[in-house]
Amino acid sequence: MADVFELKIISPDEMFYEGEATFLEFTSVEGGMGVYKNHIPLTTILEPCVMKVHNGTEIKKAAVLGGFLEILQDKITVLAEDAQWPEEIDVDRAQEAKKRAEERLSNGGPNMDVRRAQAALKRAITRINAAK
Amino acid sequence: MASMREIKRRRSSVQSTQQITKAMKLISTVKLQKARTNAENSKPYFGCMYDTVTSMLAKAGNIEHPYLKAGDSKKVGIVVVTSNRGLAGGYNSNIVKLVTGNGIAKEDIRLYTVGRKGTDALSRKGYEVAADCSDVIEAPVYADAQALTKQLLTDFSNGEIGEIYVAYTYFKNTVVHVPTLTKLLPVDMDAVKEEAKEVPAGAQALMSFEPAEEEAIGLLVPKYVASILYGAFVEAVASENGARMQAMDSATKNAEEIINDLALKYNRARQGAITQELTEIIAGAEAL
Repeated sequence: MADVFELKIISPDEMFYEGEATFLEFTSVEGGMGVYKNHIPLTTILEPCVMKVHNGTEIKKAAVLGGFLEILQDKITVLAEDAQWPEEIDVDRAQEAKKRAEERLSNGGPNMDVRRAQAALKRAITRINAAK
Repeated sequence: MASMREIKRRRSSVQSTQQITKAMKLISTVKLQKARTNAENSKPYFGCMYDTVTSMLAKAGNIEHPYLKAGDSKKVGIVVVTSNRGLAGGYNSNIVKLVTGNGIAKEDIRLYTVGRKGTDALSRKGYEVAADCSDVIEAPVYADAQALTKQLLTDFSNGEIGEIYVAYTYFKNTVVHVPTLTKLLPVDMDAVKEEAKEVPAGAQALMSFEPAEEEAIGLLVPKYVASILYGAFVEAVASENGARMQAMDSATKNAEEIINDLALKYNRARQGAITQELTEIIAGAEAL
């Protein structure tokens, strides 16, 4: 069994996950990252992404929608703006949100907030991917 | 002495008031429990957020970032968190007093109010209300805090306001609520450095950032502001219900006291009336 580190995922509403993990996969603003124990201390900003928590052979997926994380050698703290387990996700709603965001992006008028629409699209896609 | 009928009427009116205050107390007790759980659930997030941002800023040293120095404008933006409903004792007026009595000139204040009671009281006093998002406080969610943050930061970077404060009621426990005025932006570097000294040196010595520090601060500060605002909202909701529960509890007790007093008076008046009647009958019988 590989070395385990302590993992905490905290969202504004609750302590989302607290436990041990051997490997953590996520997407930061710089690109995809994977972290084992004894990583150098690092703070990085998260993109909306499907976070994969590996514990031995067991893998847990969660949709984490933005936030940032602090990596210490034996401890990772994720401060997520919103986090959901796949079973909590309403796929239909996410599909609808995706469609809406795509429409906004393709035929947006002068008042369209491009960044907001893109962010909404990203969140929707993340939710859908996590639920798969 | 007031007549029996008058006392009776007064007593029944106090009784029905008491029923209302009792019901309100029960409702706010239930709401308080919910609000308190909310506040407690979100505490770890804000604790971590604060620690991370402080340690990061302390390490970052003297970087030049607009969020870290006061804007050119003399104006001060204050987010005022009060409630939409009254009958909560001094809850709303304490916050209003905090805003009016903080030493900043009235002309230099731009208010971003949350909660109708505070909005009304302060705009009556002649304060400039830049934005009013009173509906938020009914059921605060994180997205509301984000929306308000966006507005604040836009005004901050446009130079409309030079500093941002938040006035809310800190929920210490069920009976103690502290009206607090906290500075959000620019981040107070001296205080941050003081705090950071208490953290063991090894824990933060080697932290690196991705993307680079300045960019990271640009991304982190909005999250930091939003999370503090959200924290202020949930604390304020808990405090509001706590304050209302206390106010209604003492109102119920006072009503009880008045009812007892009136009952005594009523009995005395009744006895007085009976005695008088008897005296009249006896006097009448003797006269015959």
